Amino acid sequence: MAGSHNIDRRDFVKLTTAAVGTVIGASIGIPAIGYLISPALKEDSKDTWISVGKLEEIPLNKPFPFSFTLTQVNGWERTSISFGGFVIRKSEAENDLTILSSICTHLGCQVNWKEESNVFICPCHDASFDIDGNVLAGPPPRPLDTFTDYKVDDEGNLLIHIQES
Amino acid sequence: MWKKIYEWLDERLGLNSIYKATLDRPEPRGNWWNTLGSASLFLFILQGITGIFLTVYYTPSPDHAYDSIQYIMTGVSFGWLIRGIHHWGASLMVLIVFIHMLRVFITASYKYPRELTWLVGVGLLLVTVFMGFTGYLLPWNQKAFWATTVGTQIAGSVPVIGEFILKVLRGGSSLSALTLQRFFAAHIWILPAMLVGLIAVHLYLIMKHGESQFPEKED
Repeated sequence: MAGSHNIDRRDFVKLTTAAVGTVIGASIGIPAIGYLISPALKEDSKDTWISVGKLEEIPLNKPFPFSFTLTQVNGWERTSISFGGFVIRKSEAENDLTILSSICTHLGCQVNWKEESNVFICPCHDASFDIDGNVLAGPPPRPLDTFTDYKVDDEGNLLIHIQES
Repeated sequence: MWKKIYEWLDERLGLNSIYKATLDRPEPRGNWWNTLGSASLFLFILQGITGIFLTVYYTPSPDHAYDSIQYIMTGVSFGWLIRGIHHWGASLMVLIVFIHMLRVFITASYKYPRELTWLVGVGLLLVTVFMGFTGYLLPWNQKAFWATTVGTQIAGSVPVIGEFILKVLRGGSSLSALTLQRFFAAHIWILPAMLVGLIAVHLYLIMKHGESQFPEKED
């Protein structure tokens, strides 16, 4: 029996089989796990400035929708992902802006501006946000995300800094 | 504790009798040549596992087949290892299965009452070779493309129905996306299903009849 110094032939064979099996299993199993989770470990960082248009053409106190597309290389293919948001000009001043992301903070659907009722509506679970992005009703846990880094270039174009790591 | 759990399970599943029937069978005097069948089975399981892992990234489309394999080789952790095992395991499996057949032939183990084991084994050898043939196309590189052009052309040289066989294999008269897709389907679904079925019969017959005695000098 195992443990005594006189191990019999059958137990020796069983033990050896189990040991070799474990080594083979581990030497394939551990890389296999790395293989499966590999794409999740890659960091895709975005860092770019996108142009929304001339600042003077954006109306005051009314959400101005914009969208942009970022191209990413995922594995063997380039994938275009669309993002969007709203620029809200509070006054004529260049830095008196609120720039909201259109991604609902609940589960990631796109919110739309409803002119009649002055709210952003998320079509998925009927959430509503006010013009500053605060939650008025529905399940979202926090206000709409904002882009805080923006600038106006020499030609009057509003540029927004898109950053994600 | 473990003993109690094991006994509870054994009483309901009959683990001991399964173990006795499958792994604790009486054998003739041990011989390394008798391990080639088990080696083939091991390789089949290894090919199955690595193959399943490859399908996580591989795309059977002419646009992406080659790129997805490049990605497996360079972009995925241990992708080179998983594909390497599958690649070399395939060659090794054909080799081992063939030597296994030679051993059975040389020791005349195919005789009564094991004729069916031999016949099923012939089927296993053929399906194994088809696995190799269909898998060879999947990287969709020059070598794969022309090897399949030639291979299907050979099948097409059969008199009268050759043209039809060629079209069935290729999914049309020329090598195309359809060929790649149907070779992929054959490689991961149809042929493995056949292999599993044939292996089950093969193993049942071996357990039923036991291993054959090695021939003595007088035989």
